[in-house]
This record gives sequence, C-alpha cells and structure tokens, in this order.
Amino acid sequence: MFYREAGQFKTTYASDMAVFPILQDRIGLACILLIGFVGIPLLSGTFFLQTVMIPFLVFSLAAIGLNILTGYTGLLSLGSGAFMGVGAYACYKLTTIYPDVNIVIWILASGFFAAGIGVVFGLPSLRIKGFYLIVATLAAQFFLQWSFVRIPWLYNYNASGAIEVPQRLLAGIPLTGANATPVTRYLVLLAIVTFLTWIASNLVHGRIGRSWMAVRDMDIAAELMGIRLLPAKLLAFAVSSFYCGVAGACMMFLWYGGGEANDAFNINQSFIILFMVIIGGLGSLIGSFLGAAFISVLPTALKFGLPALGIAIPGTVAEHATYILLGALIIFFLIVEPHGLARLWQIGKQKLRMWPFPY
Amino acid sequence: MRKFTLVLGLLTGAAVGAPTLQQAAAQEQIYVPLLTYRTGPFAGSGIPIADGMRDYLEMLNQRDGGIGGVKIAIEECETGYDTKKGVECYEAVKSKNPVIMNPYSTGITLQLIPRASIDKIPILSMAYGLSASADGTTFPWIFNPPVTYWDGASVMVSYMAHQLGGFDKLKGKKLGLIHLDAPYGKEPIPLLQDLSKRYGFELKLYPVPAADMQNQSGIWLGVRRDRPDFIYNQGFGAMNPTAVKEALRNNFPIDKLVGVWWAGGDDDARAGGAEAKGYKSLNFHQAGTNFPVIQDILKHVADKNLSKVDNRNRIGENLYNRGVYNSMLIAEAVRNAQKLTGKKVVTGEDVRRGLESLNISEQRLKEMGMEGFAAPVQVSCSDHNGHNKVFMAEWDGGKYVKASDWMAPLKDEVRPLIDSAAKEYAAGNSGWPKRAEACDKAT
Repeated sequence: MFYREAGQFKTTYASDMAVFPILQDRIGLACILLIGFVGIPLLSGTFFLQTVMIPFLVFSLAAIGLNILTGYTGLLSLGSGAFMGVGAYACYKLTTIYPDVNIVIWILASGFFAAGIGVVFGLPSLRIKGFYLIVATLAAQFFLQWSFVRIPWLYNYNASGAIEVPQRLLAGIPLTGANATPVTRYLVLLAIVTFLTWIASNLVHGRIGRSWMAVRDMDIAAELMGIRLLPAKLLAFAVSSFYCGVAGACMMFLWYGGGEANDAFNINQSFIILFMVIIGGLGSLIGSFLGAAFISVLPTALKFGLPALGIAIPGTVAEHATYILLGALIIFFLIVEPHGLARLWQIGKQKLRMWPFPY
Repeated sequence: MRKFTLVLGLLTGAAVGAPTLQQAAAQEQIYVPLLTYRTGPFAGSGIPIADGMRDYLEMLNQRDGGIGGVKIAIEECETGYDTKKGVECYEAVKSKNPVIMNPYSTGITLQLIPRASIDKIPILSMAYGLSASADGTTFPWIFNPPVTYWDGASVMVSYMAHQLGGFDKLKGKKLGLIHLDAPYGKEPIPLLQDLSKRYGFELKLYPVPAADMQNQSGIWLGVRRDRPDFIYNQGFGAMNPTAVKEALRNNFPIDKLVGVWWAGGDDDARAGGAEAKGYKSLNFHQAGTNFPVIQDILKHVADKNLSKVDNRNRIGENLYNRGVYNSMLIAEAVRNAQKLTGKKVVTGEDVRRGLESLNISEQRLKEMGMEGFAAPVQVSCSDHNGHNKVFMAEWDGGKYVKASDWMAPLKDEVRPLIDSAAKEYAAGNSGWPKRAEACDKAT
C-alpha cells in the first residue's frame, strides 16, 4: 500500500541501479532532510539541539566510519575513539596555527590526519584478522590516548591540559566557541553529516564498496578475482579513520566546545561506537544512524523524558535504570533481530509494501 | 527511521520544556541546582559530598525558611562524573534560572567556563576546576575559593620545610609527587618544579595512568628505589585508597604521605586499616559533628528523615562536611547578593556580585555555627580564589583530626602562575570577552 511501486517503470540502467529506486523512499528522504534542515531548527529549543540532535549527528558520523571498516570490510576495530581524537587534536592544531582559514575546512581536513594514522595502524590487517586485529587496534587506542595526554604540544601547552576551542566565524556568525548558538552549530554539523553520508553511500555502492564487501565475505576469493587486498584494506582503514576523525573534530568544535582526551576519546568511546554499529546493523548506512540514535539518545530520553512526563524518578535511579534498560534492550534486539535495527527497518518496509494483502 | 528519533526527541524536548512553565508560577524561591555524582566509578566520594551539599541547604530551608526568607529550590542532577552527562544537566537546568552552578567535576567546569558569561550564571568550582580562573579580571563569572591546587602544593612544601626545621633544610631532600596522569593530577607540577629549583629539593614524579588507578605496584617499586622524604598525592577516586595500601605494603612511613584535599575521604584512609593511622591530607574545613552547624543539620534534617544519607553516622565525615562547606559558600553568596541588591529573589547576575564581594569573617563563621570549622574566606574582584589558609588533617584510625595550625599558601609564588595562565587562556581563546562587569566594594 504505502510502498506500492506499481507504475514505477525503470527504463534505464541508471534508474535500475539507483540507491533509492522507489519514489516513496525518495520522497521520504526529502521529507527527513526538510525536517532536519528547516523543521528542527525552527521548532526545537536549545536543550533539544544541544543534548539530543548534535550528539546524535556526531555519533552517526563516527558510526558510519566504523561501519565502513567493520560492516563493509569485515575488519574489527576498537580504535575508533582514538581516531576521533586524532581528528580533534589535528583540527585544534590546524586552527591555532592558521586561524584565518575557515574552520569548516579544517574540520574536514583533520579527517586526512586521522586517515594517515589509521593507515599506519591498519597495516597489520593484511596479516591478521578477527580478534588479533582487535588487539592491534586496541594498541592504537592506548598509544594514541597516551600521546594526547603526554605530548603537550598537541594541546598547545594549556595549563588545563585540554583542548580549548577558540571562537571562529563562518560568514560573520560565530560557529565555534561559547558565542556560537546551538542552531548554527547544528546546521553546519547537519550539512557536514549529510554531505559525508552522500559520499559514503556512493563509495559503498560503487566499485570500491564492492571490493570491500568481497574482502569481507572471503578475502582469498576476492584476491583470486583480482582485488588487491592491501590497497583495499588500507583504503577501508583510511576512509573509516577519515570519518571518525571528522566526527572527533565535530565533537570537540561543534558539540563539546573543548575537552580532554582521557575524558572524550577513551576506550569506552570506542566500545560505544562499536555497539552502535552492531546494534544499528553491520554493513548498513541507515543502521549507523539507527544505532547512534539508540545508544546516544535513549539515555537522555530516559533521564530527562520520564521525570518530565510525570514519572518522578531521582537522577540516580534513572541512571541505574538506563543501564538496566539499555542492557535489556540490547539483548532483546540481538535475540529478535541479530542483524540489527537496519534489518528490522527493512522487514518493516517489506511488510508495508504488501499491506494490506500479504501473501 | 530518523523520523523515529525525531519523534522521540520532540517528545523529550516538549517534556523537558514543560516544567519550565510550572516553575514560572512559583516565583518566590531561589533555584540552586546541584550537579552531583552518586553513580559511576567515583560515587564513593560523590555520595557524601552530595549529601552534605543538599543537607545544609535543606537545613536552611527547615530552620530559617531559606535565605533571607526565600525558600531554596534544591534540585540534584546526576552526572556520574561524566562530562557529557554534566553538560546535559547544565542544559536541562539552565532554563529554570539557576542562580549558581556547581559542576563538581573539573571536566564539566572546563566546559562551562566559556558559557558562564553568556548565560549569566556564575560558576562556583570550590577548590577544583581551572586554577587560572582565580583571576577575576579574566574570568569574572568563575569562582574557585578557598584555595587552588597550586596553593595546596605550596603548602605541602612549606609543611615539609616546617617538619625539617626551615626552608634552608630542604636542600638535597626528595619530594615525590604521585599523581593521576591527567590534567587534574599534573596541575601541581609547574609550581613544584619552580619551588624545587628555588629551595634545592629534588622532585620525583610518579604518574598513575587513569586506567591503572588500582594497580600501582610498579609505581611504588619506583618509590622504594628513590626513597623520597615526603610524598604528595594528587589523586582521585580509587587511586587514593590504593596509594595508602601500597604505601603501607612498601613500608613507606605513612605520616610522610600527604594527600591533596580530594584524597581525604574517610574511605581513602580506612582502606589501609589500623596501620593507616597518621595518613595526612590537606583540608580547609574540619571533620566531625562537634559544630553547631552540623548539630543543626542532625536536628532539622536527619531527625526529620529529610537527609539522603544511608547511615546517620556518615554525617560529619570529611567529605560530607566538604559538601556542607560548599553549600555554605553558595548560601553566603546568595545572602550577600540579597544585601547588595536589596532584592529577596536574586538572579545569577546578582549572585555573581555576591560572590565577588564575599567576605566571611571569624565573626560571621561564629554566627553560622562554624567557629573553628573553617578559616575566614575573602574574595575580591581581581582575586576570585582568595588563597585562603589550609591545615593538615590526620587520620587517627577512625576519623580525621586537625594536626597542624592553619597554614597560608605561598601566595607570592602562586599568583604569578595564575596571572600568566589566565593570560594564556584568554590569548588562546580568541574572542575572549574583556571584563565589562563593574566591581562592588566588599561588604
């Protein structure tokens, strides 16, 4: 009913291979973008933007990054938190050394630094797989986190030992620093996330994405088909780290507004992003968004949503309840749908397509 | 499915917005949010502090009907000592017109410092946070009385000199600094390095990585090798009881181990058992219940079952009393603001003025039932810290007792560091606002 594609004929190869072949999907996407760019900034308050939407977008970007590596190429990694840190510190150094360059350019450029570091730590992936690769990426996590604390040059020898985000303007409007309004930061972040998601979608649907998936499904077979493993795997590491790096820079400059590595880029962060990817759905871009929403928005909703709805629970109880509920939901979802929320969405879509006459 | 998030978010947003409307109806109150951490890895120190802060304000409500006749609306927001959650809390309470913020975490304080002047909410980071924020000219909205970490480290050096018989005896001695390998832990290093050059003692650093707080055996091997004369512990959380236990295991004389005030929890020393007797910690308020103010809390709060403490015996513990001290500063700032403005219901801007002209004399301490509990505190427009006196508290096996006179920090050493750090901060944060707030005379 809702997804009836009767009458939508594909007359060219291009339309047959489109990412969104069904008209309703394209309308839906346009609606989401319209709500994101116009509806939310107009209708919601600063609390909602600052504590729900901005964290959600930052984590979505990081989850896309890890999904490229783990979901599409099949390489497990626990270093995403550290790669986010590389992006954040690179952006901080760049913008303090060259303060006149537009900050958005530096946020995007910092991804390349993360990509470079990611490639170095991705080198072992040619020889090791699975749990052994986790150990190698764990080394990246610990080494990089140690560097962020131990190399004072990275945080400009600040007495606080933390990144202190300076004010930067975009077209005369403050974009970073305390004077930047959440709406400005949200809109720029949304634009970055939309743009990078579009790039990622094109990557994974094209030749490069197919080579990654071939490597994931069976690397020997992929090699026999003429895919060179080292470039494919390293490219996956580079692109994944690029996304994580940009997410880290966005986190510090557009969300936190300053902070410190032990606090923001620790091993917990890496785990959380891995959970987002697993729960959202491995090898799915929409899964990255769903997973990020689930893990980052749900605790906030429980903590501030329930008391406001009249269910008065003290903060401590809410905090513990969040852990219990989140754990239960994770187990529930993994039992009901081991392929994550993205698969659930796909099933739902299929059902809607048949409704009301399922066969 | 982003639609789902959206709906969920909109619901949350609407739900969070709703209480603001109810708030507006009840005008006659002063809203004081307390960011506390009763969960997470640091809950051990967070719970007594939260209880103390809450109970003192509750006591004022019960005994005096609030401050200046206006009830205090106390609301706790749980941070779990997590910066992200703390900032969420800030965003949530901001709309309810708080008169003051207590971040109770250095990470959260660092986040809030740039926002304070824009949102017009003063921040009280009592003896934590950014030391440089003691410079009121650069940071008109941030207050960190009564002492900074640099003051604490300087008192440690003068205490060491006092024990050895004078500053000239420091030459050739060794001071160990066991510290958390994070900005908080590293903070005393520049001051101690300066002092070690001046007085000729040797400074040995023992960094403890945040992940290894409970695994310090390797670090203490280094202590055994170096044999420092004194050790200063700038630690936090699970690191402190571990340090006390390791000191005992390695036969380091426990009375030569001195913790910063955040290493002065009852549970920190209790971990060492009977042998931990003699462990020392810097302090700026007394422990115990032998003060009229604590007796009032017992009478007006605990007896009426309004306290959240799980056991009445925990009232009067060192960190509980620290919470009381913190809330005393809040209440005095509000009282001062009422006096300055003549208003009963004050705003954040008024309380900023109240904090800036805060002058808690011996006389005032006596009126509050805090004679001997704390030393006088004075803050000025340029000096938002005061560099007030501290003393050495000693663990006697069951509680902390005062083991030295009140000692003044080496202000001449500390102040230049603060001025230069504040200048650096303002220079690094381009667009940092120049102070535009007028200065009130002390009352």
